[in-house]
Amino acid sequence: MENYLVAMATFACLYALLALGLNLVWGLAGMINLGLVGFFAVGAYVSALTTKRGGVPIALGLVAALAVAAVAGAVMALITARLRGDYLAIITLGFSEVVRLVASNEIWLTNGTDGISGIPGPWRGRVSPAAFNVIFLVLAALLVAAVLGVLERVRHSPYGRVLRAIRDDDQVAGVAGKHVLRFKVEAFALSAGVLGVAGALWGHYTSYIAPEVFVPLITIYVVLALTAGGTGNNWGAVLGAFLVVFFMEATRFVTGWLPGLGPVQIAALRESLIGLSLLVILRMRPAGLLPERLPRVEPPPVGEAVR
Amino acid sequence: MPGSLDQIAQLVVNGLVAGTVLAVPAIGFTAIYAVLRFPNFSVASHATIGAFAGYVVNTTWHWPAWAAVAAAFLVAGAAGVVNDRLVLRPLRPAGALTTAIGAVALTIVLENVVRFVFGNDLRGYDLPIRRDWQWGPLRIGPQQVENLVIAVVAMLAVFVFLAFTRTGKAMRAVADDTTLASLKGIDAERVARLTNFGGMGLAGVGGMLLGLDTSIDPLTGFRVILSVFAAAVVGGLGSIPGAVVGALTIGLAEELSLVSLAPAYRTAVGFVAILLVLTLRPRGLLGERAY
Repeated sequence: MENYLVAMATFACLYALLALGLNLVWGLAGMINLGLVGFFAVGAYVSALTTKRGGVPIALGLVAALAVAAVAGAVMALITARLRGDYLAIITLGFSEVVRLVASNEIWLTNGTDGISGIPGPWRGRVSPAAFNVIFLVLAALLVAAVLGVLERVRHSPYGRVLRAIRDDDQVAGVAGKHVLRFKVEAFALSAGVLGVAGALWGHYTSYIAPEVFVPLITIYVVLALTAGGTGNNWGAVLGAFLVVFFMEATRFVTGWLPGLGPVQIAALRESLIGLSLLVILRMRPAGLLPERLPRVEPPPVGEAVR
Repeated sequence: MPGSLDQIAQLVVNGLVAGTVLAVPAIGFTAIYAVLRFPNFSVASHATIGAFAGYVVNTTWHWPAWAAVAAAFLVAGAAGVVNDRLVLRPLRPAGALTTAIGAVALTIVLENVVRFVFGNDLRGYDLPIRRDWQWGPLRIGPQQVENLVIAVVAMLAVFVFLAFTRTGKAMRAVADDTTLASLKGIDAERVARLTNFGGMGLAGVGGMLLGLDTSIDPLTGFRVILSVFAAAVVGGLGSIPGAVVGALTIGLAEELSLVSLAPAYRTAVGFVAILLVLTLRPRGLLGERAY
């Protein structure tokens, strides 16, 4: 039971990272990412391959995951930056499918649908499995705290204010002299980097990744986490991630008690419950449990230029 | 490579047939975009619903393919209207992107409803076994020809409807300028309902036509969605003739990619095409204009 709770808390931390990454673009800058599972997968594969095949330390694998996912994000944002948000929605969804295709078919690199097993984890093998789980949970929680801290700084900074201005009206932000394209690309790249790190951690934690892990349903989990917690609110993203993991586990137990259902039907029921709860929240409480609270801006003293 | 010219000619034939079939759901997607101004990703699950509706009447009552396609249209269209009314319409005031998120969630729900009822097994339609026709070096299956004819008839019906009927003209007016259309007394809600019915109906027909060649399962719609987006974006999102041109382009490109790419990457061709078109000609080949 203890191990189970530790494992669930670790997964909640990973979902919290994903929700924080999504909040940076969707919550702050108003850019959609419907293929965030693709960046998650890129990070997972890059870190798994560099550490397992390349033999680099895990910390370097995480940096590589961040870098490659961020570059992929920058390219997607750059191509669609001047177009309506609909195009970004389409292109990110397409991106995640292509990542899954490549992961399934470039067998020389990714081992195809068999996946990559034996991905190293920090101190795995040197300590007992229970101790490894606790160590990993602490590391993941520290990382969530660090990302939360950085993103809270961003949110309160002039930079975050520009992102919100772009979200609310990018023409006004442009007229105010902000380089909208640069901000959009930077925000999307940074967000994709966070998603990539989350993917890398996933691989190092579970020691196994395969294309079937990175299905569109993960994207829905994360959007659900952020929407339930409060779009635009970093604390809400973390809260939402824990709620979603709790909810997913609860549906596992409840559907397990239903008589006369096969495993496929139970899986279908659980997946539809996830989708349904996102629809209900979007309809009933779109601001989430912790609605976004705009940072109070002190009016500048007279005589100083407004930046 | 010996006979490579013949091989390319065969790929062109296959590509034109595949592109014509792909145009059907692409028209559905782009028409809904033109009128309601959001990318309705639930065309994926409505294509699946249509494929399964056609499967049920085809295997239970032994309707021939062309009649089962009508059932696919009606069931997917009706599902489209109901789902829009219950799920997506209430989200529209929150913005196009929120509605797009809702459409993805809706797709997951509907796909799993189909999975709950029918399971994950691959299912094949009950079709007469016929020999391929051979013209010199070219081969074409009778089922391919039947699909081609059904797709062309469906497209002609769409064009006649949009060009000559009062409702079709109202639809084009709403797509051009919603405010102006409402000033002229056009009931935008009614047009939205009709567009959903027609658009999702076409998605259902597309899902079934794609399944007639192979087999269907709950992911049938999702698997073709990348090609559908690509067709719509390449031709110009919101333009119906654009969707046809885009679908033929994608169909040909996907088949011709087989010359140098593994078959598994066929669907990636659509994604590359989207990237290219958005970089070089963001409004699409025909421009973003609804007809």
